[in-house]
Amino acid sequence: MSHSYNAETYAAAKKEIWKITWILSALTIIELAMGFWMYFSHGAMSSSMVMFLKGTILILMMVKAFYIVSYFMHLKHEIKNMIMTIVVPLLLFVWFITSFLYEGNSYKNLKNRYDKHLQEQTTIKVEEKNHSEAEHKKTAEPATESSHH
Amino acid sequence: MFLNKKVWSIANIFATEIHSQNMSTTAVHNTKWWSGGKSPFNLEYGKVMMWYFLMSDAFTFGAFLIAYGTSRFATNGWPDPNHVFSSYPFKAEGSAAAPLVFVSFMTFVLIVSSVTMVLAVQAGHHQDKKGVVKNLILTIIGGAIFLGCQAWEWTHLHAEGAWWGLNPFTNADGTHATTNFTNFFFTITGFHGFHVLSGVIINIVMLIMTLNNTFEKKGHYLMIEKAGLYWHFVDLVWVFVFTLFYLV
Repeated sequence: MSHSYNAETYAAAKKEIWKITWILSALTIIELAMGFWMYFSHGAMSSSMVMFLKGTILILMMVKAFYIVSYFMHLKHEIKNMIMTIVVPLLLFVWFITSFLYEGNSYKNLKNRYDKHLQEQTTIKVEEKNHSEAEHKKTAEPATESSHH
Repeated sequence: MFLNKKVWSIANIFATEIHSQNMSTTAVHNTKWWSGGKSPFNLEYGKVMMWYFLMSDAFTFGAFLIAYGTSRFATNGWPDPNHVFSSYPFKAEGSAAAPLVFVSFMTFVLIVSSVTMVLAVQAGHHQDKKGVVKNLILTIIGGAIFLGCQAWEWTHLHAEGAWWGLNPFTNADGTHATTNFTNFFFTITGFHGFHVLSGVIINIVMLIMTLNNTFEKKGHYLMIEKAGLYWHFVDLVWVFVFTLFYLV
């Protein structure tokens, strides 16, 4: 019983935890750096560059998910039967995400094509309410509601 | 042949030994996992069930996030998160917008609380009661800070006129925005926040049980491991919510 409960494995386990912590922190900082890069370019960045950065952020998100599930949730160290019973059903997400995003995009394109009125409506610029003012007025809420429709 | 048989019987002894203790690691070769007499997943029942619960929860969150993505893909224009989420507590009046700053803080709080949780699990694994107590307390504090941050952010947005069905923000290109943005934001971060709240309560219960020596008497801290799985899942969901709402 006691063979796995020695100080050596305890220290090794802690070391692994801190290693994963640094990896997760580093990935988050890289994500944030990309976010700030997009923000400070003030729209001067080409749309393909924005797409590339957003795609990279999504990939880094998946990498973070992998590290949390594998090491913090210990799934990597379970036997293959256990890993498969969790991972295989989650593969449904691949189809789930692909089909729904494709469908959403297709719906937008069809609407813009056949409902010209709606398309025009969505190109009219509107004034944004002054936030700092609204913040100090307790009556901000009903005012917003009436101007909304 | 003889050797094979011998390996098999050793493997069996090993398997039962693993079964009787924490079912830790050590997958033994030649083990017939499906021939009965032991868990084919080499994992304690409660942990297997916690995994399945989390998988179903993942599908719930996934459905929410995919609905959000679908609406976003189906809409002309979308508010700019850098503009919407650009404040933090005690921010000086009229100072420059600070996108991502507050939410980065929240993200790091949750990552660190996940680390202290996994340290508590490891401490339990090695029968280190002091380590369990210390790290559980840190985890609870982290969760409470996160919840406080979220409460502040919701209050702030509400004061700006944002709520379910109300969207004071325009799209990034200055056109009129639908209420989809606020509806999904409050629903999904609210559902996540509710999970965090449940996790904090579960961790408080775990702390009380540890202090009462419940696990010491049982001889194992398996319950902490299950609470830990739940807590890491909450952190995992935040990785997705943070990226999909604030970054992209």
